[in-house]
Order: sequence, then C-alpha cells, then structure tokens
Amino acid sequence: MIPAAFDYLAPTSVEDALAALAEHGDEAKVLGGGQSLLPVLRMRLGDPSVVVDLGRIDALRGITDDGDHLVIGAMTAYVDLIASEAVREHATVLTKAVEEVADPQIRHRGTVGGALVHADPAGDVAAPILALEAQLVITGPGGERTVPASDFFTGLFETAVGDGELLTSIRIPKHTGWGGHYEKFVRVVHQWSIVAVAATVRTEGGTIAEARIGLTNMGLTALRARSVEQALVGCEVSEAAIGAACASAADGTEPPSDLNGSADYRRALAPVLTRRAVLAAAGG
Amino acid sequence: MSISPEAVAEEIEDRVDVDDTGGGGEVGRARVRKEDQRLITGRTRWTDNIVLPGMLHIVTVRSPFAHARITAIDTTEAKASPGVMDVITGADVKDEQGALPCAWPITADQKSQPHPAIAVDRVAFAGEVVAVVVARTVAQARDAAELVDVDYDELPAVLDLRTAAAGGDLAHPDLGTNVSATWVFDSKEAGTGDDVDAAIETARAEGIVLEREYRQQRLIPSFMEPRSVVVDPTGEQMTMWSSTQVPHILRLMLALTLDVSESKVRVIAPDVGGGFGGKLQVTPEEIITFLAARRTGRPVKWTETRSESLLSAHHGRDQWQKLTLAATKDGTVTGLKVDLLADMGAYLGLVTPGVPILGAFMYNAIYKFPAYRFTCENIFTNKTWTDAYRGAGRPEATFAIERLMTELAVELGVDPLEIREKNWIKHEEFPFASVCGLEYDSGNYEAATARAKELFDYDGLRAEQKRRRESGDTVQLGLGISTFTEMCGLAPSRVLGSLSYGAGGWENASVRMLPTGKVEVVTGSSAHGQGHETAWSQIVADELGIPFEDIEILHGDTQVSARGMDTYGSRSLVVGGQAVIMASRKVVEKAKPIAAHLLEAAVEDLEFSAGSFTVRGTGKGISLGEVSLATFAGHNLPDGIEPNLDSDATFDPSNFSFPHGTHLCAVEVDTETGQVRMRDYVAVDDIGNVVNPLIVEGQVHGGLLQGIAQALWEEAVHDESGTLVTGSFVDYTLPTAADTISFTTDRTVSPATSNDLGAKGVGEAGCIASTPAVVNAVIDAVRHFGVDDIVMPCTPERVWSAIQSARAGGTSETTPEAQPHFVEGEPNQDPGTGAEGGTR
Repeated sequence: MIPAAFDYLAPTSVEDALAALAEHGDEAKVLGGGQSLLPVLRMRLGDPSVVVDLGRIDALRGITDDGDHLVIGAMTAYVDLIASEAVREHATVLTKAVEEVADPQIRHRGTVGGALVHADPAGDVAAPILALEAQLVITGPGGERTVPASDFFTGLFETAVGDGELLTSIRIPKHTGWGGHYEKFVRVVHQWSIVAVAATVRTEGGTIAEARIGLTNMGLTALRARSVEQALVGCEVSEAAIGAACASAADGTEPPSDLNGSADYRRALAPVLTRRAVLAAAGG
Repeated sequence: MSISPEAVAEEIEDRVDVDDTGGGGEVGRARVRKEDQRLITGRTRWTDNIVLPGMLHIVTVRSPFAHARITAIDTTEAKASPGVMDVITGADVKDEQGALPCAWPITADQKSQPHPAIAVDRVAFAGEVVAVVVARTVAQARDAAELVDVDYDELPAVLDLRTAAAGGDLAHPDLGTNVSATWVFDSKEAGTGDDVDAAIETARAEGIVLEREYRQQRLIPSFMEPRSVVVDPTGEQMTMWSSTQVPHILRLMLALTLDVSESKVRVIAPDVGGGFGGKLQVTPEEIITFLAARRTGRPVKWTETRSESLLSAHHGRDQWQKLTLAATKDGTVTGLKVDLLADMGAYLGLVTPGVPILGAFMYNAIYKFPAYRFTCENIFTNKTWTDAYRGAGRPEATFAIERLMTELAVELGVDPLEIREKNWIKHEEFPFASVCGLEYDSGNYEAATARAKELFDYDGLRAEQKRRRESGDTVQLGLGISTFTEMCGLAPSRVLGSLSYGAGGWENASVRMLPTGKVEVVTGSSAHGQGHETAWSQIVADELGIPFEDIEILHGDTQVSARGMDTYGSRSLVVGGQAVIMASRKVVEKAKPIAAHLLEAAVEDLEFSAGSFTVRGTGKGISLGEVSLATFAGHNLPDGIEPNLDSDATFDPSNFSFPHGTHLCAVEVDTETGQVRMRDYVAVDDIGNVVNPLIVEGQVHGGLLQGIAQALWEEAVHDESGTLVTGSFVDYTLPTAADTISFTTDRTVSPATSNDLGAKGVGEAGCIASTPAVVNAVIDAVRHFGVDDIVMPCTPERVWSAIQSARAGGTSETTPEAQPHFVEGEPNQDPGTGAEGGTR
C-alpha cells in the first residue's frame, strides 16, 4: 500500500496553494483530509505527480457567525463541525448528517470541503448542503465567486470548482428553528450510504410550513427531491400524511446498482427513508 | 498520564461482570490476560516488526485473470529499476519450489493439481503469484512490480460451484474433471446405524420428508494482523519468522516441500494477531520468501497488504448442501441424507479436502437419528483456494441441521424447541454412541436449554411476536434457536489416521524449573490470540503452587518447543492443557525423592500442596523452589538421582470433546426496508470446566459476532470474470462493535471425561452456533408472509425481496451487481441516463 512517488507541497496560504495549482495544472491533486484521496493513491488507482496539501492553511479552518449565515472553512474537520453549537442550532441537519459519516477515525481526519469537492454521490455532506441551500465560495486566480449548492454538483465526481480553483468556504443561511434529520441506510455502520435522506423542516402549529430534502446516492450526484418538498407544504405532521407526500421521492432518479443494492431496491428505499427523515425532522 | 499494566488489569477485573468459578485457586479465576498489554499496544514481536541488517523486501505480482496461460514474462525493466536485487518468476524456481503440501488426502484416488508457489505456465485463480520483486526497500519493490510485464492467454474460468460439479469447462484441464474426490459415510455400511434410503421411503409413505437446499457462502477469515514472513539465511539454519498458527507443521512441510533437512530449518511464530484458521496453512509466500533469502543470501521480508490478504489468503465455507430429512408424523427424525458440494477453489491447501469431512460427523448434532448418509463431492473452481475457517465444516453442518429442525417444527406446527427436545439425547443417556460412530462422553441439553429460556424470556417474546403480527406492525419480531454441539479437542491420533489425515493429534508440553524457583513452561500449542500464556500459567500455578507471575510460557519457536501440533480446532486447552498438567505432575514426582532426602523423611510420608512438600504429622517442609535450588547446586542429592527437575509430556486424547449449548436469538425485521436488527441474544454454552472465565467470554462474544456476520453481513463475491469484487473492507462488510448488541451469556457444566481439567474447548462454539440461530430468527420474523428461506448473508435487499415476492406469491433470488466502491481512481457508479446534475 505504497503510493507511486509524487511531489508534496504544503502551502500555508490560499494564495500559495492557488499558485501551486496554477503551476502544476492537471498533474496536481488537492489533499484535504485525505480520507478518499489516500486510499486511491495507496491502491495505485490514481497517480498525480504533485499533491497540494491544504492542511497547513489555518484560514481554511473554522466556523464563524456572519449574521444571517454561518461560514464554514472548507478544511474544517467533521469532528469540529459536530462539536459546533452554532451549526447544531442553525443548521441541525448538517450536524446530524456529519455524525453519521463513516467512523470516529475518519471523522477526525476528513474535512467538509474535501468531501464536497470529491463529490462522491454516496458521501454524506452533499445532501444536507443542498437541503440547506448553502452557498459555496470558490477562490481562483481571479478572486472569489459564489455558487449556490444547487449548481455546485455538476456530475459524477464533478463540481463547479474549475481547474486552478479551490473551494474555500461554505456559507449556510441560518435555519434557526428548523428541525433537521439525516436518515442513513447502511448494512454496517462504517459503510458509505446505500441511500440516505437529509431533511430540514420548518413547522407551524402542527403542519409543515417549509421542507427541503436532499437525497444521497440516488444518482450521479446528491439530489433535491423538489416534488416531495412541494407536497409537504401544508402537510400535517403525521405518519400517514407525510408518507403520502414522500411517495414520489424516487421519481425520476437513476440510482446505481452495486453490491449493497439494486437500483430498484434503492428506489423502494427512498420514499420510506424520506418519510422517516421528515417525520424525525418535524418532531413527529 | 501513564497507568501501569497491573493497575489496568485490576481495574478491568473489578469491572467485568464475570464470576470466578474456581475454589480460590488460579484455575477458574477471571484473570485479565498477561499478554494483552503488549499485544494491544503493538509494542511486541509481530513478524513485520522484525528488522534485520541488510534485509530485503518482497512485493508480489499477481494474476488479474482467474484462468490463463502465461505466454511471456518480461522482467527487464523491473530488474533495472532502482534498488531491485532480484525478480523471480516461476520459471526461475520451477525445479526447486516443489508443490505446496496437502496433508489430508481424503480418498486414495483424490485428484490434485500441483500448486506451485509461483505459477510457471498457467494461473488458476485471480491473485495467484506470477512473479516477485526483491528490492532494498518495500517502496522500490512496489514500484518495480508495476514494471513486470506478463502476457496471458485467457482460458475459460470455472467459477460457479454447481456448474463446475456438473461438468463442462475445467478448472484444471489436465485433470479431466472438476471433481477432486467423492467421500461417503453411510451408517448402514459403517455398522453405526440403519439404512437411510429405507428411512426416507418409509417416511414418504407414512411420515414426513423435508427436502431443502442451503448455500454456505464463501467467507474471508479477515484476521487482524496481515500475514508476514521474514527469512534469515545467515548461520547454520534457515530461520523463518511467520505469522502462522502452525510453526511446527510449517517447519516439517518446508523441509518436505523444498527438500532441505528439517534440522536446518527453524520456524518462529512470534506474536501472531489472529488466524481463525486462515493461518493454518503453508503458503506460497512462505516458500517464496525462503527461496528469495536463499537466492540472495540476505534476510528477506514479505508483508501483505490488506487487499492482498483478502485476495490470496485462503477463503472459507463455500458449499451447497442438499438435505433430505425423514421423520414420523409425531416429529421423530428417522434419517438424514446429506449431499454436499464443497468448493476447493483452485488448489488443495493443507487440510482443504478434509474440511467438509469435519462436518460429516456433526449433521446428526445432538439428535438420535437412527440412519444417516453423507456424500461429499469436492470440486475445483478457478477461485481463491479454500481451507479451514473457524469451525471448519462444523458450522456448515450445524447450520443445515438447525435450519432443518426448525423447518420440521413449522411443518408439524409445533414449537421449534419442542421438536428438538423430542429428538435430542437425554442427559441420562450419556455416554452416547452417535450414528456417525462418535462417542459423546457428556452433555446436558435439557439444562442448557432451560437456562437459556429463563434468560431469554422466550414466552414473553413469543407473545410480543404475536402482537406485532396481528397488528401488522412494519417491524416484525423473529425468534431463532440453535442447539448445537461440535467435536473439539482435535484429535485422537488413531481417529485422524482412520480418516487419512497426515499427522497425529497429540500435544506436547515441558516444564523447566529454574534455580530461583521460577518456572518456564514450553507448549507445543502456540497461541495466536487465545491467551495461552495466561491460562497455562493459571494451570501450572495450581499444579506447582508457584505464583502466577513467576510462570513464563514459551511457545512458537521450533528451537524452544521441539514438538507440537499447534493451534486449531479448539484443541489447545483440551489437548495441550492436559500435556501441561502431565508435565507439571512429573516435576512434582521428580522433586519428591529429593525433597524427602533433604527433609530426612521417607518419600511415602511426604505430601505436596501449595508449592511445598511437608512431612505428614510434622511441621517440617520444603518448597518446590528450594528443591529446585538444591537440585541446581547438586551438593546434597540422593545417590544416583538425576540432578534435574525438568519434565516433558505428550498427551494423545482418547476421544474428542463435545461442547454444546443452546442459543436463542431475537431479531427485528423492518419489513419496509428488509433491515435486520439484533434485539436479544442469549448464549448458554456447556464447555465443561473453565480455566479463565474472562477468556471464555472473549471467545464466545467474538465467535458469536463472527457467526452472526455470516448470517447477515459477510460474503466474498467474484464477478463473472473471476475477479474478487469484495477485495477491500469497503466492500467486504465486516461488522464492528457498533453493529452488534450486548450478548447475554451463561454456562452450564458437564465436564469432559477425556482430560483432567474436564475442559471441552471454546474457540469455535460461538461461531458455530450463532449463524443458524440468527437465520432462523430472520425467517421466523417473516414466515407469515410465506417466506421459508433466505440465502445468506440475509442482506436488507434479500430480506426485502423475499417479503415482496412472497406477498406476490412467487419466489425470487436477487443477485447483487458485482461492483466494488472504488474502481480506477474513483468510486464505482453506474452512470445511468437522464441525470440532470445537482437538482431536478
């Protein structure tokens, strides 16, 4: 399990990191927490000639309160996110999802930004980011630009982050008072999601006022289940009503088939898990 | 902060909920294991920790094809790569590498394909070694391995067991068949019972005949420490360190395979991190490392990666079982016929052919069947070789009979415990001659079952199950039962001989009294995680009256422990422990005349207890330690006596031991998703007398989870080209502590009669019992939908599909897509169509 030789760069500022990417272009791979890149390197399934490690850029780490938004540095580790009271209060679905990522070792090393840019459709961060309608801040040679989560995931392992750019932070509109739940379905707990559902819900007097649903591993990217979201508006918080509203959760999806489940099975799971996620998020 | 190991041990002993069962002695005491500190911290002698001056490193090149002819190997570039000392192909060593040994030819006409350590002109499974690079560093060897250019001509790969058995393409064309051997046991022919065909015929006319087919999926032993070998060719002997369960067998086999003098080979199994049978093998990599060290004249190390381990260390199980059970209408079983197909994989390993045979004697389990026939066909396929895996044959047999007994109960509409009780051997009927000709020496199935029912709240759970069924709850409850026995304490040498096994089943121990009164105990049964150092110390402490701390257990080095049959088949305590007792008692016997001489008393007047000889009726006495010192000095010994208290003993058991137990399991099945959740698990085991209850708990809990993993989680999957898809722990879904529940365990005791301890062995019990208990529970939860079987592992999708198709009135078996998560740099994904990016 020894990777092919590569040059290792560990810049301490975003500017230096961008300069390194500019210099090495396609030859370079960005190292976040390393929980996906390192296995790929060690199994020699990939062999970049340069690895740019963001681990020493302090500016990319941490969670700050920016009034109506929380700003999460791309290199913030899962454990720090889990420990954040602010995230738990204002973006609870994200806390719930990240608590379900893999195992404690991986949650100590893995980073939120790394997972988002890696964009594995079975990863657990994308769906809550979609549901929270976050803004992804991308920095490149020409400065910063902000992309809404709905435009960020462009394909299988593909995101809006272009060549020579870095995801630097995630801006999450505060969902204060919203309930949140991440319903993850796995065979053994440290596994990638077979299917998972992120639900964030605002209720008013026993009915759902607003709901947003993100689906994990139901297609090439994480997905929003917008038809379910619309059906949930005005829905009373009961298993039957919510179940009916969630029945269409798999409509139009093209989930994968693998060792853990066929596409048909995943399509059968999605409405069930969506109902459970929404019920839990709504406190039902 | 630093905490002493002693403080940690005390803390654990205080906290664990395990009762000491000893009467104030060491045996029976729940001691924390003395070896744990070094094993858990890793600051110990794992093979890969061994570093020798000038040591070279091996990286293997393995076949990506399941079956192919090797047409050319170009090593030019690899040899020119930095740091490379040698690149070895099969052609380079074909005259010296011999063929890997199989010690268990089960029939005289068994067909076997010679297994070269490095393939010469043909590969027969994906993962077979075709070349190795020897370099100064592992990194250099790994880089150069990428440069070895092998040309293959693919041949048809034989992958499916049942297809292979039916003929067609051949795994080894030269053999002319895929059948390695056919082995039959018939109770009528053996004179141990009746004619099974007659029993089935009668049952068809006036009773019940159940016919079922079960699959034992292929499993991967997944020991914690990957295999590692170091060979040092300097000095008079070739010294091999290997992460093996069988250093003694390995030494002998190296000598025989490589045609070197046994006396010129020393094998050391230092600390070994688990095996589960997976290290009961003589491996290609051991031969290769030996040859590489001999060729280069330098110490050489090979350590596998986890992926390499999953791919090439032998796999386990992989059988199809066709079963015909005959019974009367009142539920008395009258006969059982077993037709088994066993997948050998590509080659016969050390005991591969015998694994199903170990099961042959256990299909009758705890029951009084009057008629039995077992037929096994051992079949070659182009997959990783199979061999012993925890339980080896006995879990498969136990699964089959315990599933069948439950099915029989359902057929008759009676409780599954009741049907078992109707057929099992009553406690007053021991010793009992089984229909296979084994003599069960002791047991009490009534007691174990009664205790299990008590701990489980069997009736309460049945009531809850009824409620859930009636209310149509989406979560259904299922109860599963397994009343198992196993043959352990391998094994009486005479029996092994009658089964054509190539060695005996005895075990050896010796005791060395040191001048200071400390003791070294040498055992031929080398531990790989079992805790021998603690348990053996407890035994010797009681026998010799020497403090536990003053006893050192030496093992796993053929230069220290000259004779041994090593560790497998729940044999260490039952056979090796008895050897330790015998050797200890010999020390006392040797010390007695010297003590009498020193005390100026007659030998008959001495008694030995608590480490001292005393003269009966007087206050005079001398400790064994003092006798040892006097013997060392030799100044004042009786005339003609050997100045030496050391002893040596070899024990060959007269019988197997027969642990048994009753395991009850409750699962909840989420009928909307098929997910199975463990709810309660009660294991009441009768393993005879216990030396260390804490070690027993560890064995039971670990074994239970390993067996549950077969029921629910684990399966080695190959794709249609023969590639192992479950080639990493991303895809081979091993459970962790987070996936299980807290088990309820207890014991009943009917001591074994074949050793002085009364111990029966516990290494495999949990793993043998739990698989059918869980599957029976899963089926029980969904039987009312019309489900009567689910193929293992009972994945959520399989359970869900079974419910769906039963509701639709059909049957279906789902086959998962064989795709690993990581391929070519990225996780696998079916690209699908019609994706719209991030939103829809």
